[in-house]
Amino acid sequence: MREFSFHRAASVADLPAGATIIAGGTNLLDLMKHEVMAPESLVDITRLDLDRVEAEGDGLRIGALVRNSDLAAHPTIRRDYAVLSRALLAGASGQLRNMATTGGNLMQRTRCPYFYDRRMACNKRDPGAGCAAMGGVTRNHAILGASDHCIATYPGDMAVALRALDAVVEIDGPSPRRVPLADFHQLPGDTPHIETALQPGDLITAVVLPAPVAGQHRYRKVRDRASYAFALVSVAAVIRLDGGTINHAALAFGGVAAKPWRDPDIERLLTGREPSDALFAEAADLLLRPARGQGENKFKIPLLRRSLIATLRDATGMEATA
Amino acid sequence: MTRHLRVDGPNHDDRLDHMAQGVLGQPLNRLEGPLKVSGRAAYAAEARPANLAYGVLVQASVPAGKVLDIGDAPGALAVIQDKRMVRYAAQGQAQKAPKSGPDQVEYMGQAIALVVADTFEAATHAAQNLMVRYAAEDVPVNPDAVTPELPPQKQASAGDLDRAMATAAVSVDAVWHTPSHGAAAMEPHAAIAQWDGDRVTIRAGLQMLSSNRAQMADALGIRASKLRLLAPYVGGGFGSKLGINAEAVAAAIAAKELNRPVQVSMTRQQVFDLAHRRSETRQRVRLACDPDGRLTGIGHDVLVSNLPGSEFSEPVTQATPFTYEAAHRQIVHAVARIHRGCAGSVRAPGEAVGVTVFECAMDELAEAADIDPVELRLRNIPEDEPVTGRPFSSHKLAEALRDGAQRFGWSDRRPNGQRAEGEWLIGMGMATAVRVNMLVESRAKVTLLQNGQAIVETDMTDIGTGTYTILGQLAGEMLGLPVDRVEVKLGDTDFPPSSGSGGSFGAASSGNSVYLACEDIRRQIAKAMGCDEPDLTLQNGMARAGNIARSLSELIDGSLTGEGHLEPGKTEKSVRQATWGSHWAEVAVNRWTGEVRVRRMMGVFACGRVLNEKTARSQCLGGMTFGIGIALTEAMEHDSRDGHAVSRDLAEYHIPCHADVPGLEVHFLSERDAYVGPLQAKGLGELGICGAGAAVLNAIHNACGIRVRDLPATPDKIIAGLEARA
Amino acid sequence: MKITLNLNGTSHHLDVDPRTTLLDVLRHHLGLTGTKKGCDHGQCGACTVLMDGRRVNSCLTLACMAEDADITTIEGIGTPGNLSPLQQQFLDHDGFQCGYCTPGQICSATAMLEEIAAGWPSHASDSLDGPFDLTHAEIAERMSGNLCRCAAYPNIVAAIRQAGRDGSRQEDAA
Repeated sequence: MREFSFHRAASVADLPAGATIIAGGTNLLDLMKHEVMAPESLVDITRLDLDRVEAEGDGLRIGALVRNSDLAAHPTIRRDYAVLSRALLAGASGQLRNMATTGGNLMQRTRCPYFYDRRMACNKRDPGAGCAAMGGVTRNHAILGASDHCIATYPGDMAVALRALDAVVEIDGPSPRRVPLADFHQLPGDTPHIETALQPGDLITAVVLPAPVAGQHRYRKVRDRASYAFALVSVAAVIRLDGGTINHAALAFGGVAAKPWRDPDIERLLTGREPSDALFAEAADLLLRPARGQGENKFKIPLLRRSLIATLRDATGMEATA
Repeated sequence: MTRHLRVDGPNHDDRLDHMAQGVLGQPLNRLEGPLKVSGRAAYAAEARPANLAYGVLVQASVPAGKVLDIGDAPGALAVIQDKRMVRYAAQGQAQKAPKSGPDQVEYMGQAIALVVADTFEAATHAAQNLMVRYAAEDVPVNPDAVTPELPPQKQASAGDLDRAMATAAVSVDAVWHTPSHGAAAMEPHAAIAQWDGDRVTIRAGLQMLSSNRAQMADALGIRASKLRLLAPYVGGGFGSKLGINAEAVAAAIAAKELNRPVQVSMTRQQVFDLAHRRSETRQRVRLACDPDGRLTGIGHDVLVSNLPGSEFSEPVTQATPFTYEAAHRQIVHAVARIHRGCAGSVRAPGEAVGVTVFECAMDELAEAADIDPVELRLRNIPEDEPVTGRPFSSHKLAEALRDGAQRFGWSDRRPNGQRAEGEWLIGMGMATAVRVNMLVESRAKVTLLQNGQAIVETDMTDIGTGTYTILGQLAGEMLGLPVDRVEVKLGDTDFPPSSGSGGSFGAASSGNSVYLACEDIRRQIAKAMGCDEPDLTLQNGMARAGNIARSLSELIDGSLTGEGHLEPGKTEKSVRQATWGSHWAEVAVNRWTGEVRVRRMMGVFACGRVLNEKTARSQCLGGMTFGIGIALTEAMEHDSRDGHAVSRDLAEYHIPCHADVPGLEVHFLSERDAYVGPLQAKGLGELGICGAGAAVLNAIHNACGIRVRDLPATPDKIIAGLEARA
Repeated sequence: MKITLNLNGTSHHLDVDPRTTLLDVLRHHLGLTGTKKGCDHGQCGACTVLMDGRRVNSCLTLACMAEDADITTIEGIGTPGNLSPLQQQFLDHDGFQCGYCTPGQICSATAMLEEIAAGWPSHASDSLDGPFDLTHAEIAERMSGNLCRCAAYPNIVAAIRQAGRDGSRQEDAA
């Protein structure tokens, strides 16, 4: 770890310019130990008053410092936003969930082993250096939205559920604003080192959820072991049936792109239709039309397809009657 | 006088069955357990000598070449690149240091220097930022990129396998792949070295202290008598601590140079790079049988890899020659010389992957021949070892198969793909468990004090295997003492040299030496009692012979000392020694995502005398879980361009976690093996792995009809099968 | 930098490099080596300690950020002569072999039983609404952040189950 100056922030106004923000530290310290991240100055924001979950209109405002474990267990989240609770519980471990914060979790960086290994070229770590992952071990890399510069994925679970819930990120800083989660994470393009919409001096202060959508909330995560592993693919779903037809479908996908993936076309396709295997297959085809494998990760294409179909069958009650 | 025994023949005395204390075999809690559960057991990096400095290894970032310049490290006390530093770990039982000379790189990640600083933080930062220059060399890093060696002594054949295959009623001919595996003991390799004049004490995570001492003395260029190794507690080994490694050698060199104690701990990533990996394997298995399922031909053709010049090559086919009968047989063992990290022993070298694959092939043959998998195995159990005709020292495979089938409910197994619960397809699978058995020379000293307390001393290690406890129970049994009156001291080269822990030989080898040392003491007590030793009964601190009963405190003036020395002898060759068992698994396969969950798993094992039923069972739980890992989760991936281990931490290399492991059932068959010394006990630390993964893989096939021959069976492999059938 | 840590009921005043993790302060500066380093990256759980009663990975906690918390390590949970009920169950069920992951398992399980008592759901819970039983699946999922290569897993689950049952019986009786 490189030496850094350490400062504890007493208020949001007290953030020193240029300092890297630390809260839970579960990913930042991990990367600092490898010197993949090497901030000169660190500011601890854990004493700030940003750890409440409170009503905002018909929705909910989740403070940036609310810990993953508290959020997953929060009665309102469990009742009204179950997909979020499920996604959080599918992530990391009991210990890490006790540390990781809502804001920090959005800032989680890729698990690409070539990003983590300073011996390897990485455009994300060192813009213009090249990408050693291409042509290397690509089993867990992106199949959607990747570029010739970077094929890394966003590894988190929470944000995938937030994407399906149409969450908005509240940002304080030089220009306080609210950014839809849809626009928060960036695809790599030719600037894979730019991962989020945050600008210098910005601080995530909250994540805001709109009014809840009743219906079936599912989070399906497929991984290489039964727990404590990153997703190969994941599906967050909020599905509501009215009579025999789907009248709300929100679907987001993890482990497949540099951001939680969502495709409005498949939601439009599903809405107003009766659940059927043929419909779900059509939705999967639509979702995967732009998918492209990178060698070993080609399996994610059928895996995502199958995971989507299984999730839809489950959420529409088809699995139980199969 | 040392009581010496060379095991040249059988021992049918069952003496331990006739001792009076009744503690041996009992499921007692571990003697050192209270220290471990309270965090007071101190492992390698857990001594705190004054003025301790911290060293961090620097690793090569090229796969091969010459180190031209290692630069300097501001803020560090020293950057050490000493020609005595080793390039990789010593193999188990080696008497010499492994190859030294850190300036020549043989694989990516090799240790090339040590940075030492006053704090761990400063040393780590400096080590990460050295500007090293290399003259890199092009080297092969993939097994299929080279023409492999075929060591003549590792090839074998009898009869005409090609003809047996061509004329077989039923046959299987297929190729399997297993990836590199990491031992991944929870305690990373670490050492603290401290010099006192020309004498050095090194506290380290090591499994086999007496050979480690020879290796280290050779590496440092000092006499073994000037070197003391301490390893009182070892946080798991699984083969990765059989031989000395870069961190301990570097710590000793640095401590001398800086004239202060130095600690060197490997990072987890360094453990993956520097500890021996289990070689990846390519295994072609050919099986031929007649219409009744009687094997006529067995072929096992394997390709493994290691660095050029490394003698070890994964003994994949170790159990193949004697597990099943067949007239026509062929073993091919090829070694690709490539520049990946050094390969060596990882728990159950050979059988862990060899039996696993072979037992998958047997399942395929059973299906092809339309014979129940259990029955197929029962029909092919040899009377004596095939080809050599040697008798087996003991052989419980048939009993393990029958007992297991009955206990597991094997008769409930349905045809492939016939059982489902919601999204999950359910199947059952089984496999034979087999592992060679060995004894290794071992010495121990036992002292019986007048107050009725016994002290056992040997440089044996307890790497989680239960050594402290079983040796305490053994001494208690032999000397008639409750276990709390026995103190067991291990892990110190000042004690008599032992077998060490490895190859499942530790308990039986060190146990026999303690038995002999206690027998020595019993003779002395018998003499004082005026009786023959076999007529002596010792129980709860009392000695009895005929009508005479006296307390030990009356009999002993000061203390009695016994020494035991066991050597393997003619039974190594005169009989085929092995442990046997059967594995059973029930799995669920998700028909959408290809995820596999083990729902229940059972092992039935015969390992001679069980010394502590509780710790023995735990050994089997560990082995079976390694089997789950081999079948489902574990793969150390290498980059095909430079050979480096890409999965080099515990988030990328998936050892099974709690949620992967159901309640496991373990049963022992009662057995005394007469050919393995008076203890009549055989190894158990590895049998639990050998074949366990095959039971899981065969259960997957029963659940969904898919054969995964490229391990592990991660979701991608299963859905490839599901997609292919759709 | 100068920091104060409240550790097992005692205040410790230390002068440390800001880079020092809580784990390294415990092991290197205070000689409290019961908390283990298995991976140093939050991937194994061997370094688990309790901060204000909650389980965390001390390897991913800067010591200077742990100042206001009450920290409990394995040394504060019990002693060889006075084991906590959970430690005793680990001993009786052989919930360890090499013992290296064990302090982390025990710290983790200590807090995990509190999480279940507080009605926190898990990935293994069929419904997000409590209360949750001490089933094998629930315990195993909740303990999955603690790896054990010796694989004492079934014994660890049995030990936790027994301690959990004994604990709730005592509460019922109280």
